[in-house]
Amino acid sequence: MADRTADVIVIGAGLHGLSTAWQLAQRGVRVIVLEADYAGRHASGVNAGGVRTLGRHLAEIPLALASRELWHDLPALLGTDASFVASGQLKLAETDAELQECRDRVAELQAHGFTHEVLIDQQAVFELLPTVAPHVVGGIWVADDGYATPYQVVTAVRQAAERLGVVLHEQTPALSITQRGTRWQVETRQGRFEADQLVVTAGAWAGRLAAEVGEPVPTYPQGLMLMVTHRVAPFCRQVLGATGRALSFKQFDNGTVVIGGKLIGALDFAARHGEVDITRLVTSAQTVTDLFPHLRHLGINRAWSGIEAFTEDDLPVISPSSRASGLTYSFGYCGSGFQMSLGTGQRVAQLVLGESSPIDLAAFAIERFHKASSTPRPVKEPLCNPLPVSKPTSA
Amino acid sequence: MNLEPVDVVVIGAGPAGMAGARTLADLGLSVVLLDEQAAVGGQIYRGIVSASPARRALLGADYAAGADLAEAVKGGKVRHETSASVWQITRERQVHYLKNGQVRSFAARAVLLATGAMERPFPIPGWTLPGVMTAGAAQILLKTAGIGPQGPVVLAGCGPLLYLLGWQYLRAGIPIAALVDTSRREDYWRARGHLLAALRAWPYLRKGVSLLRALRKGKVPHYTGAEQLQVEGEGQAQALRFVVDGQPQRVAASTVLLHQGVVPNIQFTQALRAQHRWDDAQLCFVPETDRWGALDVPLISVAGDGAGIGGAQAAALQGQLAALGLARTLGQLTPAQRDAHAAPLRAELERNLRIRPFLDALYRPREENRIPVRDDVTVCRCEEVTAGDIRRFVELGCSGPNQAKSFGRCGMGPCQGRLCGLTVTEIIAKSRGLTPDEVGYYRIRPPIKPITLGELASG
Repeated sequence: MADRTADVIVIGAGLHGLSTAWQLAQRGVRVIVLEADYAGRHASGVNAGGVRTLGRHLAEIPLALASRELWHDLPALLGTDASFVASGQLKLAETDAELQECRDRVAELQAHGFTHEVLIDQQAVFELLPTVAPHVVGGIWVADDGYATPYQVVTAVRQAAERLGVVLHEQTPALSITQRGTRWQVETRQGRFEADQLVVTAGAWAGRLAAEVGEPVPTYPQGLMLMVTHRVAPFCRQVLGATGRALSFKQFDNGTVVIGGKLIGALDFAARHGEVDITRLVTSAQTVTDLFPHLRHLGINRAWSGIEAFTEDDLPVISPSSRASGLTYSFGYCGSGFQMSLGTGQRVAQLVLGESSPIDLAAFAIERFHKASSTPRPVKEPLCNPLPVSKPTSA
Repeated sequence: MNLEPVDVVVIGAGPAGMAGARTLADLGLSVVLLDEQAAVGGQIYRGIVSASPARRALLGADYAAGADLAEAVKGGKVRHETSASVWQITRERQVHYLKNGQVRSFAARAVLLATGAMERPFPIPGWTLPGVMTAGAAQILLKTAGIGPQGPVVLAGCGPLLYLLGWQYLRAGIPIAALVDTSRREDYWRARGHLLAALRAWPYLRKGVSLLRALRKGKVPHYTGAEQLQVEGEGQAQALRFVVDGQPQRVAASTVLLHQGVVPNIQFTQALRAQHRWDDAQLCFVPETDRWGALDVPLISVAGDGAGIGGAQAAALQGQLAALGLARTLGQLTPAQRDAHAAPLRAELERNLRIRPFLDALYRPREENRIPVRDDVTVCRCEEVTAGDIRRFVELGCSGPNQAKSFGRCGMGPCQGRLCGLTVTEIIAKSRGLTPDEVGYYRIRPPIKPITLGELASG
């Protein structure tokens, strides 16, 4: 039994789960991580890799900025940069109206004391990015943002956690969770696991576990598609987004260009499979070739899809349970969780250990879904939700 | 995207596709035959329409037989779209392809996949050197352009194509430095068990014997039981080294043609998420089908080598059988009519396939030529990932081919894993002590064929 008990069980070995486990282990906590598939199989391992504070919801900014410190500190913390490149992120404005939108955004942030997003004019854009189409009029620039290869980050954090004694069980889905007294029991096909504390970081599969505890969260899974091109000579160092249309765009060191931007594909949730439908990528191809006409002849090499959890207010759940003790949630990052994972892992570890922090989590409380009525609203069907596309969409 | 309705889209104009398209059209269905080439024929009958009588004679009677099939798809009943490159098929049977730089699409009631086979990878030391080619690629040059290699050429590996190409080279007056067969005595011993069945497929066997005789007559140096193959050279193939009966051998050659059989092209059936299984006799993944070639994806069938290697004649029969099955499902035939049409085809198919267990046993590629022993052998050419890299990924916790992509970009380059898929599966299976079925295959995603951003943007 010894190998099936721990101080904390984390359900879900995505980046949020692994990062939480790693933070807990640094404080001497014994952690078991249960993973239904393999570490980083879904959103964490296959996302676009944007490390972005740019364009965040106000409530997310303190966590994103705390995360940013950790990204820049990775060599000291992990012994590797885990492929993180501080290339900067740039959101392009293609019309004067879009530039005004950018101006308003930066002013709003400054009113709240945030100065990480900087408005830049056309000339400054062309200096950063000489290859972009001449109709671009300006944008927002964040020099400390960047990108990383998601699976390399997953592996680096997993290995750091394992070095500190975290035990990862892959191919071990949590079938049910039950609290007996103060003790949490997790049933799996490999047997029962037990701990005093439970952390649910199960992404698109977390809503089901919350419902078991009687606090359902209306999350809905989506398959987000990305495509990558063949190699082309370096022409763009920064990660790019657009103001008026959905775009996430970056060129990696090997010359390939990754193109995304909340591109929703069909989903076979039961089979844990996001379908790729290239015909839904037409608009992205148009956006990219509008901004970089010289890429018209560049071949699309590959496309893929990963499953991510969305909530109806587009904000994650980072919260202690409102119903049970010793239970903490961190999921539903709505396609924007990659950058935040390091900071939230740290913050969730503080929640579990009862430590205080200046970073307020009120906007992410699970109770927000249960205020309106005592009966939970039905879970939304995948695919029928038009997604907000106003946010830049890197991660 | 404008979707043009059609009863059946047939993909691939080799023997299975040509025969299947013809049968479907004869049964009154509207049929589009899509193929990448400028003319019908597939790989086996490549260039059949344009080949001169002299080239047909040189390539032999089996090749010339393709002309009859090619003739059968003419006559207007089948709409043949040439130079059509299919980059996506959905489970709902939308077929998207590229022609003359334009994206076009069909909404089909049914789809028949006849995308054939591809050569098995042959990952030995030096196989990525310039001057090393597959025997199949060399044969395409001979079929379409009448071109043979300059300078000394070695043919190495196993399988009928190797001998056929040697015979065709002899007839074309191309000198062969050596034919190096990797089959061992125990392969012949194992194959002997299937000899009786093979004898009933007598014409096949006679063909093999006559190829061997011709090579002897042409005084081609012939080695059997060769092991530890490696191509030697700095920046260019210079020789093939190998060991026979413990004796090291070296044959100088600027061209080394490798071949160890063909395997089903499963890119589309995998992308459609059809069920597949590992075939241990043929050492490859095959899609699961019923006896009409139907996949577990509604109204999508597969015929020919793409469903398991059976050769050109079997493919043409399977194409007709799959066509009958789809025609029945589309309500064009009663079950009784379908079965009546199918009976003689099935009998012939059975006769035709009798040789297979014998060939599969005799030409079973050696493990050392499928799973590199040396760590420095390149497996994924596009991203330059070696066998040692993959074994290291396994030590780091990599459980299958899809994770190998994440660990080291293996299979993520322009060929999309076509060239390394089987090798990666087998290396990981062997390292982990599992079966290839347990380890699985790459998750294949569209685009199956290249498409540019500009082409997609204009769609």
